[in-house]
Amino acid sequence: MSKRRPYVRSMDGWWRKNPFFVEYMIHEGTALFVAAYAGVLLAGLFRLSQGEAAWNAWLAALTNPWYIAFHLAALLALSYHTYTWFKIMPRTMPPVVVGGERLPGWVITAGGLAVAAAACLGLLALVWGMAR
Amino acid sequence: MSDMQKTIEIEVLRYHPEKDKEPHRQVFEVPFTDDMSVLQGVQYIKDYLDGSLSFRWSCRMAICGSCGMMINGIPNLSCQTFLRDYYPARVRVEALAHFPIERDLVINMEGFIEKLESIQPYIIPKEERTLAQGEYLQTPEQLNAYEQFSSCINCLLCYAACPQFGLNSSFIGPAATALLHRYNVDSRDGGKAERMELINSEEGVFNCTAVGYCSEVCPKHVDPANAVNQNKTNSAADYFLRFLAPKGGAK
Repeated sequence: MSKRRPYVRSMDGWWRKNPFFVEYMIHEGTALFVAAYAGVLLAGLFRLSQGEAAWNAWLAALTNPWYIAFHLAALLALSYHTYTWFKIMPRTMPPVVVGGERLPGWVITAGGLAVAAAACLGLLALVWGMAR
Repeated sequence: MSDMQKTIEIEVLRYHPEKDKEPHRQVFEVPFTDDMSVLQGVQYIKDYLDGSLSFRWSCRMAICGSCGMMINGIPNLSCQTFLRDYYPARVRVEALAHFPIERDLVINMEGFIEKLESIQPYIIPKEERTLAQGEYLQTPEQLNAYEQFSSCINCLLCYAACPQFGLNSSFIGPAATALLHRYNVDSRDGGKAERMELINSEEGVFNCTAVGYCSEVCPKHVDPANAVNQNKTNSAADYFLRFLAPKGGAK
């Protein structure tokens, strides 16, 4: 009879066992803020469809300190989400070959972050221009 | 110089299936010099302290892929990890995570061997060729497309780094997918359609949640996370293209 009895270790609490996994759970967790913020914007769109009074009531509600605190927290979470998104990007896409040389990962990451920053600034400028 | 001899504590996760219900820790005092690897420390234990300690090793130079262990919780080749980097603290050594422990530091890798077979890790020629037609020719660009993914030494560090494999051992996993990709992108190969069925399956690439740790721990810079994630795109294309070309794409 075989004396083999392979032992399978438990996966309980696996994400706490390695700092890399803890960071992974944090950056995945920031996706909840992305979803929550999308919910806030959708609510605004819905209130807009209900007419001017509903829209103004929604705008007034946004000035609540709790809402402002949520927006600050969401800004931090979304910034970190953006950073980690582009950090992993070189690992998730096909190689980009320029002039026979494979583009290094940090160039793809830096390019993504630059585009994200430019898009944010562009949007801010647009809203600024409309608000004036 | 014997009074200058440094010793380090090595804590080993022991498991003997004949007498142990579950693994337990055992600490050894190991004399060491600055040029000693963790593997040499473990070999010292077997040679001088406890001959019953079991572990795999062969080349001692990071090419055979046999001596992978969890060293302080990090998957690493024990031959290229040095005791001096942990001294004076204790070093914890454990069998590679996410695999069943056969005995002490020896894991059961049968599941991986089956996966390796299932990806058909050989060139399936596009067409029959006779000897008279001569050898296959490849351009440097065609070689570049797969060369990195052919460097895998099957050390299984990437599986020990993959929580999704730990949670679902039927996932084909990083190394097997990297090797699968290596053949799929080889210009001489014509087996892509067969291998894509595995990529698209329940055991396939969509088990991956892009943790990316597999590529961090790979001692050969294969970047298996890249192979897995490129094939998510390939799989999605396979799925949608069947609407355009009913006879091609995924089955």
